[in-house]
Amino acid sequence: MTLPSRRSALPGFSLTLGITVVWLSLIVLLPLTLLALRPWTLGFAGVWHSVTEPRVLAALRLSFGTAALAAAVNMPLGLLVAWVMVRYRFPLRNLADSLIDMPLALPTAVAGIALTALFAPRGWIGALLLPLGIRVAYSPLGIFVALVFVGLPFMVRTLEPVIMEMPKEAEEAAATLGATRRQTLLRVVLPALTPALLAGFGAAFGRGIGEYGSVIFIAGNMPMVSEIAPLLILIRLEQLNYAGAAALALVMLLASFAVLLSLNVLRARMRSRT
Amino acid sequence: MTTGAAQETVSTRVFLILLTAALLIVLLVMPLVVVLAEAFRKGIPAALATLSDPDSLTSIRLTLTVAAISVPLNTVFGVSAAWCISRFRFPGRGALVTLIELPFSVSPVISGLVWVLLFGINGWLGSFMDRVGLQIIFALPGLVLATVFVTFPFVARTLIPLMQEQDASEEEAAITLGATGWQMFSRVTLPNIRWGLIYGVLLCNARAMGEFGAVAVVSGHIRGQTMTMPLQVEALFNDYDWVGAFTIASLLALLALATLAVKAALEWRLGRRGSMH
Repeated sequence: MTLPSRRSALPGFSLTLGITVVWLSLIVLLPLTLLALRPWTLGFAGVWHSVTEPRVLAALRLSFGTAALAAAVNMPLGLLVAWVMVRYRFPLRNLADSLIDMPLALPTAVAGIALTALFAPRGWIGALLLPLGIRVAYSPLGIFVALVFVGLPFMVRTLEPVIMEMPKEAEEAAATLGATRRQTLLRVVLPALTPALLAGFGAAFGRGIGEYGSVIFIAGNMPMVSEIAPLLILIRLEQLNYAGAAALALVMLLASFAVLLSLNVLRARMRSRT
Repeated sequence: MTTGAAQETVSTRVFLILLTAALLIVLLVMPLVVVLAEAFRKGIPAALATLSDPDSLTSIRLTLTVAAISVPLNTVFGVSAAWCISRFRFPGRGALVTLIELPFSVSPVISGLVWVLLFGINGWLGSFMDRVGLQIIFALPGLVLATVFVTFPFVARTLIPLMQEQDASEEEAAITLGATGWQMFSRVTLPNIRWGLIYGVLLCNARAMGEFGAVAVVSGHIRGQTMTMPLQVEALFNDYDWVGAFTIASLLALLALATLAVKAALEWRLGRRGSMH
């Protein structure tokens, strides 16, 4: 056991570190390691075959595509909400602020059936969209709407502290030098917020890829059309195809880590340039 | 000549505020309202009938049981992790913090899958568990394991930054004056971190009671036995019993609203905002 090099007057180091490492290993590290090992009982060719079936590829494309699209749409929406919350004062602002966390507090199954009821052809919003020929529920569009709902708080909460700490002097200087408000926003404010927008995109995207509860009711779950990757994992488990389920899970985990890692690298590069 | 402006005009500001209000109402308020509206569509007696149904009562009891086991386990872990990470320096400390947050980037379905791979019929320990006669998957232990996995980081990630900001000198003084480790913890540390601790436990509990994807994988959906409240919502919804589904959903929505209210009060006391993630 490594001895603590500082503040060693305090007791409990071995005990608390022991509890932490044992619990972390048993609950998180060991199960995830076994997940990474399981697919290879199929052999390399078997794993490759299992994750390149047309139905799997369609599900992966759907999960990653709708998650990316929803996270992208959440950039302007989240920017609007975060800007208004930080910069403006208006009645019921505190209530609105608490409400922003609602998608994270509301159990996903509840969000799922609520969005389905709202956007179903006879629902409050669905009935308004139907005459326009827009069908949200039981289609990929429904998945997108659910992921916008789930992702919004990630974007807002990432942007808010950055807007709060942004020095107003830069905006004032731009204004003094004759810039219009639009020019200031585009050339001064937006570039300063880009790293945070990317971080919010990453958080919303990461959540969206694996999202299950809020999506599953509104999706329709048609193979090749509106069947998300997490559902396919469940279907394979029900067929007792454990290795196939683990293979798909591993691909999802690796792909989402790769995306998040590259976003982090991009952000680090942008920060070093400014 | 162009006149500069360091702020949006009043009309722009009003427009942006109204736009935000519209977005929040459509995206966040309407789903809440529709849950209550659907629950009471056929009147209060119909909604109450759902709540007296034995399967619904079982699901409520099961959700409370799962949370009552999972939340204390992760609280003990969270306090331990925060203590060793915030009060001592040791190699691998940064990596430990990253690994603790790992479950947040794992899909709920995968968080359930890992336990089936371990304890399911075709799992690594499946046949052993069968021989011993211990049922993990499709039973309470599986539900608890899946819930512990998804709620793993909540208490730790709330306490670690809080305790890193706090000075250790009060605790060092207690030890110097002859307090035992337990006396120091209960009389100095605990009072200093109590609001943060309640905050972490609150978020942990909300997720434990509302978790759906991870428990859906390990539950086996045995009616009246392994259905937590969110699973019961799914089952009733798929049976076209909308009143029943939305009544249970209303209870969960009330839990969410109460969580948000207490969270706001605690944030005001802590003077900071944490992520609900």
